[in-house]
Amino acid sequence: MNLTEEQIERYSRHIILPEIGGKGQEKLLAGKVLLVGAGGLGAPAGLYLAAAGVGTLGVIDADEVDLTNLQRQVIHFTADLGSPKVESAAAKMRAINPDVHVKMYKKRLTAENALDILSDYDFVIDGTDNFPSKFLVADACHFASKPYSHAGILRFDGQTMTVKPGASACYRCVFNEPPPAGAVPSCSQAGVLGVLAGVIGTLQATEAVKFLLGRGKLLTDALLVYNALDMSFRKVALKQNPNCPLCGENPTIKELKDEEQAVCDLKQGIP
Amino acid sequence: MTIQINGEAVELGGEMTVTQLLTERKVKMPDMVSVELNGEILSRGTFDSTNVKHGDKVEFLYFMGGGSK
Repeated sequence: MNLTEEQIERYSRHIILPEIGGKGQEKLLAGKVLLVGAGGLGAPAGLYLAAAGVGTLGVIDADEVDLTNLQRQVIHFTADLGSPKVESAAAKMRAINPDVHVKMYKKRLTAENALDILSDYDFVIDGTDNFPSKFLVADACHFASKPYSHAGILRFDGQTMTVKPGASACYRCVFNEPPPAGAVPSCSQAGVLGVLAGVIGTLQATEAVKFLLGRGKLLTDALLVYNALDMSFRKVALKQNPNCPLCGENPTIKELKDEEQAVCDLKQGIP
Repeated sequence: MTIQINGEAVELGGEMTVTQLLTERKVKMPDMVSVELNGEILSRGTFDSTNVKHGDKVEFLYFMGGGSK
């Protein structure tokens, strides 16, 4: 791949970095990242990855833009209310950077379609809003051997970890299985600071960029925990769990299946 | 005895199980917490039989579901 004059100018602030250079920018342009969810986390991740010139961005989301989304999902505008989130997100990413090829999947990620969709990508960003989906992303990435960035946000807290399946601690190493239904706080009682989604989603985008560049140290074998009120970041060291049902010594999960939605009604889903 | 919970020193009356520790620390929804003891994630089934001792490093790691919707 040869960068055009316009690309050299567009990406000049990347190219001038010795760790990136023209070669690194070409890697980004050749990179393929899947955003699972075009919501709070996917919004900033999608915008930055498009701006960075990640050549192929897939977006999977079954929902339409709702008024309650706009407090934090900065890729969607007021004029997009009622539009499919994938279309709204794709339009913004293309508008930022016409170099980017955006693939839209207006559907939910399921056990049935996940491996097929993931096979087209180098890196996956989990921007889902519920436990069954988060476990499905973790399981699908394991079986497809795709590195991914997991994240969750709630109220003023956020956390994220990067997983290289088989080589680092996975989501199930830490959180074996979805929590029981009764334990999950009702969504209508929850809530989330809008900016938090930006902080954590942007960290996820950083990991995708680093992975594509092959630069730096990924957030593997660690859970980064952020609290906005204390403005504290803590990195909790993790290691692969021999009892992990997915990647441990005697795995009990041998094929992909959908976890039951044991949480609240998704219609009221917050964050 | 002193242990560390999420990086902070905590004084406890004595040894106790992980289940007792979760109660002692007033963790409202223990089902929403994974526990790492000295770098190892504990299986939930061992919370009742695992004791925390002086000098242990404990991490309460919370399920966090949000992100999109």
